[in-house]
Amino acid sequence: MVNTKINLLNTVIDNPVIPASGTFGFGYEFAELYDINILGTFSFKGTTKESRFGNPTPRIAECKSGMINSVGLQNPGVEKVINEELPKLKKVFNKPVMANVSGFSLDEYAYTCEKIDACEQVAWIEVNVSCPNVHNGGMAFGTSPESAAKVVKAVKAVTSKPIIIKLSPNVTDIVTIAKACEDAGADGISLINTLLGMRIDIKTRKPVIANKMGGFSGDAVFPVALRMVYQVYEAVKIPVIGMGGVSGVNDVIEMMLAGASAVQIGAANLVNPFICKEIIERLPGKLEELKINDINEIIGGAH
Amino acid sequence: MTQGIYSVESNRPLAESIYEMVLKGDTSSLKNPGQFINIKLDGFYLRRPISVCDYNEETITIIYKTVGEGTKAMSLLKEGAVLDILCGLGNGFDTSKSGNAPVLIGGGVGVPPMYNLCKKLISQGKQVKVILGFNKKSEMFYEDEFKNLGAEVYVTTADGSYGIKGFVTDALENIDYTYFYTCGPVPMFKAVESVAVTSGQYSFEERMGCGFGACMGCSCKTKYGNKRICKDGPVLEREEIIW
Repeated sequence: MVNTKINLLNTVIDNPVIPASGTFGFGYEFAELYDINILGTFSFKGTTKESRFGNPTPRIAECKSGMINSVGLQNPGVEKVINEELPKLKKVFNKPVMANVSGFSLDEYAYTCEKIDACEQVAWIEVNVSCPNVHNGGMAFGTSPESAAKVVKAVKAVTSKPIIIKLSPNVTDIVTIAKACEDAGADGISLINTLLGMRIDIKTRKPVIANKMGGFSGDAVFPVALRMVYQVYEAVKIPVIGMGGVSGVNDVIEMMLAGASAVQIGAANLVNPFICKEIIERLPGKLEELKINDINEIIGGAH
Repeated sequence: MTQGIYSVESNRPLAESIYEMVLKGDTSSLKNPGQFINIKLDGFYLRRPISVCDYNEETITIIYKTVGEGTKAMSLLKEGAVLDILCGLGNGFDTSKSGNAPVLIGGGVGVPPMYNLCKKLISQGKQVKVILGFNKKSEMFYEDEFKNLGAEVYVTTADGSYGIKGFVTDALENIDYTYFYTCGPVPMFKAVESVAVTSGQYSFEERMGCGFGACMGCSCKTKYGNKRICKDGPVLEREEIIW
């Protein structure tokens, strides 16, 4: 029997497959389709202090082998997430969930993380310093080592749960930022968030996305994400969660060989809502085929 | 919602740039007229959301316009081709509010979802009037199909090449009705909104990511709070819409 269990920052999960934030809501759309308790865990919809409608529509543009989104962190705000979404989730998901938090100031990050830190259902807090779709926040914090470190310190000061910092690929050197987060006390790193991109309608001569630009994700970004996971794994000692264009069991294994302790799946959920289930079902057989008895053996195996 | 593999039974041109496709497969997740399906096409990342024109136990009929590369690829599919489809998406129309003489207003590719709605309302014993609006005669379709269901049909064309010259509102202003249902472009909705004298339901279109409520790509604000066009819509009630 092949082992797919991993220990992700002191919580053991059944497999390393984790739907990424913003592609899985608060779980229940998918719970209508299959028993989501088969997942390792999932990262819930990016949550901020106040409720947000997000950006104007159109928020979606298709690309070759991928898509651009400019949702802009639509969410009901941390109070409603804790009082309404999490109790609803509890009915369909009996495992620890990964929270995902974003903010527009250090105080906001700290406020939201502190509130969520008190939630029993949450085992990890993924802090998004990399949203490309909001101004004066999100990605602005993740594009310099200094400001990323400040977010880590602000959040660590008020939380007890493991803090995972979600990094942006839209930077000159992601490794420096990952190291700054580690030095500031981050417990883990997740990468990559979406790549800033755009499309233009050749008939109207206008950007397709109302907000002009948005985050590019999907199959096409996989090699970029894999390279960055590989580089960050070499530079830090804390666990790395890999994501970006993962859409099959081979991608999961490749990401782990690059150095990922767990793997998130994002855009692929939107195209095939059963993709995580399919990957989880195929994983043991694929590992067996590759003569891997324990999935932990392959983490960073390509180095 | 269900995911399934469907085979193309027929795929034929109906009018200029307009095609009708009949798909064979599981239709059990379709509950109301006005719901849609989301079709995966080889070579395209996102699925194509297309409203259901009609369905029975075994087949789904869709009518679509070739507006981009995806729908163009769809128009080239041959009988026997197989497609991965998410079925039974969206809320669809609520027929319980129609009163005894509803009017159905379809504009262009907003016409198709009116067909199954018309069929259902007539089966409930309602006196149904239908207004079909097109730019020109060459883009017109389904006039006879609606007449054959037993509806009173009015056709308008913007250029006057068939039926009443003008817009759907030129017909709407001259008839009596107890309720309205409409699907079409937003400028048409605004015109309907300005002349309609009863409550009604509008079926909206938006660029979608997933089509099943996960990505928040197609959100809109309503008087009843934020809604996702794909999951909480595409049908919204007149009273809740913020224009």
